[in-house]
Parts: sequence; C-alpha cells; structure tokens
Amino acid sequence: MGDEKTGGLVVIWITIVVGMVLAVVPMPQFAPVELGFLRPDWVAMVLVYWIIALPHRVGILTAWLAGIVVDVLLGSLIGQHALSYVLIAYVAASLYQRLRMFSVWQQASILFALLGVNELVGFWIESIAGLKNWSLWYLLPALSGAFLWPWVFLILRFLRRGVGMT
Amino acid sequence: MRNFSCLEVNRIKALFLEETTLDYQLLGLGLLSLVFVFVDHTTNWLDGSRSALTIVTTPIVVTADLPNRSARGIEDIFSSREDLRGRITGLESELIFLKVKTEKMAALTSENNRLRGLLGSAAKLQDNVLVAELIGVNPDPEEQEVVIDKGAEDAVFVGQPVLDSRGLVGQVVEVTPFSSRILLISDERHSVPVQVLRNNLRLIAQGTGIGQRLELLHVSSTADIKVGDQLLSSGLGNRFPVGYPVGVVDRVDFKPGKPFAEVLAKPNAQLDRSSHVLLVFTESRVLEKANTGFEKSGKRGG
Repeated sequence: MGDEKTGGLVVIWITIVVGMVLAVVPMPQFAPVELGFLRPDWVAMVLVYWIIALPHRVGILTAWLAGIVVDVLLGSLIGQHALSYVLIAYVAASLYQRLRMFSVWQQASILFALLGVNELVGFWIESIAGLKNWSLWYLLPALSGAFLWPWVFLILRFLRRGVGMT
Repeated sequence: MRNFSCLEVNRIKALFLEETTLDYQLLGLGLLSLVFVFVDHTTNWLDGSRSALTIVTTPIVVTADLPNRSARGIEDIFSSREDLRGRITGLESELIFLKVKTEKMAALTSENNRLRGLLGSAAKLQDNVLVAELIGVNPDPEEQEVVIDKGAEDAVFVGQPVLDSRGLVGQVVEVTPFSSRILLISDERHSVPVQVLRNNLRLIAQGTGIGQRLELLHVSSTADIKVGDQLLSSGLGNRFPVGYPVGVVDRVDFKPGKPFAEVLAKPNAQLDRSSHVLLVFTESRVLEKANTGFEKSGKRGG
C-alpha cells in the first residue's frame, strides 16, 4: 500500500513539474509576441485536476508548495502564486464531488472562473506592489486555459488510470 | 471519519473531505503566503531561500530551453557544406575587419588612458567581460526579463550591466548560484541615463514594455534632438559604464502647447534575438560591490 502511495505521489509531482516546464518554455522565434498573453497557467490546471480526482491525496498543501516553486521559477514575489493556488485549491476541494458529475465542458466553464480568480489574485498582489495596470487582457490566459481543459483532463485521466491510481 | 480504522479508510475512502481541515489549511497557508508576499516586497530576508529553491527550478528552466537548443543543433547538422563554407568565409573576413578595428581601438584606448592620466582622471576605459548564454525568457510578455547561465559562482552581482555585441541589454536583478535574471532596458520598470552622441544632451531613456522601444523622458520642446541620433550610456547614476550604445532615436514629436516632446528610440542591442550576452566587470564597480548592497525598492519599484 505504502509503495503505491509514494509511486502515485511521484507521478503527481512529475505532472506538476511538466506544467512548470510548459509555463516557462520559450515561444518560438517566429510566433508573435502577443501569443504570450494566451499562455494558460498549466500548473493551476494540473493542480485542479488532481484535486478533483484525488482529493485525499492532493490538496491545499500541495498547491501551496507548487505555488512557492512557481514563484521562484517566474521571479514573482514569493507567496503570490502560492496564495492564488491555495484559493483555487480550496474551491476545487470544496466542490470536487459536484465537479466530478459535470461534463467536461461544464468543468471547463468552472475552470474559467477558477483561473480567472487565479489571475485576479496575481494581479491584485502585483498592483499592491505597484507593478502593473489592469487590462482585460489578464483574463485571456483563463480563457485559453478553459479551452484547453478537456485535453488536460483526458490526458491526466488516461495517465491516472494507466498507473492505477484511484 | 475518525472512527474508521485505518484499513477501512483506505478501502472505502472518506466520502467527504473534512470541511474544517480545509478551512484551517486555507486560513493558515493563505495568511502565510500573504506574509511572505509582504516580507518579500519590503525586505530581502527571503532572498536566501529563493536562491536555495533555484536549485529546483534551474533544471526546469534548462529543460524548457531544450527544444530551442536542439532545433539549433539540428539546423547545424542539416546545413549544407557550401552554406557552412560560406559562413566560415564570411566570419573570417569579419574577423580580419574587426581585428583591424580592435588594433586601432587598442591604440586609441591607450592614448586615451594616457591623456586621462595627464588630466588626473581615474576612470579607465578598459572593462572586463564575461560571456553568458541565455537559458530562459520570462514567459510574461509584460515583463521583459531573461535568465542567463552565469551566477554567483562566476562573480555575477546584482546591478551588473549587461551588453550584447551591439549595445546595452540591461542589468542583473537577481543572482543565484548558477543562473541570474536580467531586466532588459525595454522593461517598463527600467530606465537608463543616456546622452546624445552628437551634442552630449543628457536624457533618461525609459523602457516602454511594448516591443523594442525606449521612451526618452522630459525632453524639453526646445531640445536639439532629431531622428537618427545615437544615444550612449552617460555613466551618470554609477550603474552603467560610460559610452556604450543604448539606442537610436526613431521618432521625435514636438507637440505645440506641451512642455515636453515625445521622443522614442529603438535599442541598439537585439533584445529579443541575441542568444549570448556579455557581463561587464568595470574595475570601479568590482570595488564598489563590496560596500553597496542592492536596494529592493530599486528592483521592484523602479
């Protein structure tokens, strides 16, 4: 039992790290700069998936730890992503039973709200720190994230079933 | 849920997460994050743990750069013999051209230093440089930052000027053992003191955050500045060395009735394209490094 548990944990963290790699992978040279605004928050999406699927194993603490690493990775203020991930992890962990019942596109719309909150909290902290001005463009990653959710969901579910985590 | 034995919990799993545990976790970790944000914004106490954590994040950045790197490698493998030969000939002729130039420069530098010595000025024109390779780009298009593969182990320090082969790129804002983060001159939070080569007019060039553009601040509407003027770093503010190319003025808009003109410049450095940069060690800087700490406000507020 114990081995299976640690094995599962390794798989979960590997997917989170893959999300982090996707978060910093450079855009190809020929792509327009504006494409950068569409980059969704992969780590948040992976975390939400695992919280819905395995709420007893992945929770607010995992989200917080991942958030701290993302903060160091992106050079933002330490605690910024941690706070927003903790918030969305809380919502996802409270609603996971309902979310499981939803169709994947309904989940995507909830994801849009969650990722929107994620961006808003990030923006809120940066604006308190005096770093940015608001524009509606900040919600673009949430939108692209919601559209990509079905694929993230299917891939991670395939992976989870492949390694037999329930 | 507490009443189940361990086995039973494993078998059937609790149907509900305990709401109170969730609430406490949210409260505890949320507050902790807020405290961290506050502490990180106002002090530099967390910088130690930040550089410790980069041991985890540096492999992630390097992995993310792999596709780019291998694309470059594949390009080399598939380029034809003629192409390579052409490139080598081109580079050789450029090398000869640059050698001649360097010899002339060396003579000029020594002459300049002799003259400066006669004048009693301590400033030397010789700077040491260290070549670094770009390993990452900040994914946020609003933040013009890059990550390079040299860090504290190579004596890189915060505030160090960074150049590429054409001009000023930016300055180091964060140093970790094996990598460091560079704020580009085109970032909104960055400004650099410059002077116009033609008439030594002193100005401040601030980044605009959008693409490759610098904005010159507070140019009085009577100032003598025109399109095509070369801007050099003026050395004021003691951060950047004197005389490195910063940008070329490409738009001047004198607005009647406004006290200041709108002047935009295009950076000389290829901020979005160069894959290698030079870290400058000025002699005075190295000495200064020991006694001036880097102020947090300079990095975040600027």
